[in-house]
Amino acid sequence: MKRSLALAMLLVSSLAPSARAANEADYKAAYAAAEAASKEAAGMRNQWTVTVSALAAAKKAADGGDFDRAVAAAREAEALAKASIFQATSEKDAWKAMEIR
Amino acid sequence: MKQRATVLLGSALGALAALVFAATRVVAADTVDPAADAKAFQNFFFQKFPTVKHEDFVNGPYSMNEDMKRQWREKEEFPPYEFSLDAGKEMFSTPFKNGKTYADCFPNGGIGIRQNYPYFDEKEGKVVTLELALNRCREANGEAPYSYVKDEMASLTAYMAFTSRGKPMDIKIPDDPRALAAFENGKRYFYTRRGQMNFSCASCHVQSPGERIRAETLAPALGILNAMPIYRSEWSGMGTISRRFVTCNSQTRAVPLEPQSDEYRDVEYFLSYVANGLPISGPGARP
Amino acid sequence: MASSIRVRATANGDITEVQALIQHPMDTGLVKDPKGELIPAHFIQELKFECNGKDVFVANWGTAVSKDPYVKFSFNGARKGDDLKISWTDNKGASDTTTAKIS
Repeated sequence: MKRSLALAMLLVSSLAPSARAANEADYKAAYAAAEAASKEAAGMRNQWTVTVSALAAAKKAADGGDFDRAVAAAREAEALAKASIFQATSEKDAWKAMEIR
Repeated sequence: MKQRATVLLGSALGALAALVFAATRVVAADTVDPAADAKAFQNFFFQKFPTVKHEDFVNGPYSMNEDMKRQWREKEEFPPYEFSLDAGKEMFSTPFKNGKTYADCFPNGGIGIRQNYPYFDEKEGKVVTLELALNRCREANGEAPYSYVKDEMASLTAYMAFTSRGKPMDIKIPDDPRALAAFENGKRYFYTRRGQMNFSCASCHVQSPGERIRAETLAPALGILNAMPIYRSEWSGMGTISRRFVTCNSQTRAVPLEPQSDEYRDVEYFLSYVANGLPISGPGARP
Repeated sequence: MASSIRVRATANGDITEVQALIQHPMDTGLVKDPKGELIPAHFIQELKFECNGKDVFVANWGTAVSKDPYVKFSFNGARKGDDLKISWTDNKGASDTTTAKIS
């Protein structure tokens, strides 16, 4: 689902006349945001494995010079990290709903 | 129960706002009562599986499925953990370089004490598990600690569990707010959803024991640690409690914590306490 | 070191039931180690059970047999107290032997 969405976004951006290829600065900004979110998630003891691999994929793509892909992966990592933060925050109370009492 | 009745009676006399207030107070009172928690926890499973004998829950999926149980009985005549058990026995009796042995670190020489672990160490203010105690014993005697997820630790705990088979789990929660907090924290960890799959421990082991997850039958949370360590055919090898927690976490796509981190120690404390009275059955064998 | 073979043989009338568990990695040669290098094949090629000088069970194994294999079979013509000799040889030339009394 997520992947097809990202693909669609890529497709749209490649069709748009104003679209331009992502550069290193875009990547650095996206990666920094993703890294900050993932650090926050780790601080809440709720890092997701998929966040870690998306971050690694972003770094790898950037090292290979493919900044379009690197930016996409970094944004995915950021979204995943934010989802894990949301989960950890809501579970602070929500866990009680599952408790046997 | 009596407490709840009094509160309800009081709130019935009061205004509606007071009733809401009293209801939340009952919840708060429940959460610091481990004995009531354990009772509710056990009753939940006893009622969900009325045909399963209480002491049979420690046999995990085999208590839920007749066919698996038959195969397991046959396997138990020649259990796959036997090599590990023998290795553990040998390791346990082999002295360290300084001449001392594991037996010197534990009450009763380490024999028949599995059911007392984990315990709350009031000096440290934390939960101490058997695996942790074994490594502390090694370090105190100048030996390098073992990995918590590898075979050596599994062999040692297999032997210690074997010498305690049949003894009822006997976890104590001392009258210490830190011990209660550890229990509460373990409970929170057990029920908290995590990972991209949004699973808590309870999603599988409370809501769906006996059901299948892919090809496997889920074990009930009640008594799940009594069978540890286990030989998993899936792993072609032994697994410690730490290994079980770590792999459970990564299967839900959550990055596992470090073995023997506070959360894992607390959840072990919680799970063991609510299984009080059920026999130790480790080392176990699971598909 | 303890033997790599565990055996239990029980006679019940004419029929002797044998169970054995053997500790062996049984590497297929297709699996890679964490560094990505192939683990060379290492498996039991021949497993033999002898009773009173006669082979009662001989297996020619390959890589398809699991790690720490378990064998169960029964045979005719042995008595309580007879010796059962079990031996295996693997593709690297290693071997192990043990003898068990039929009970």
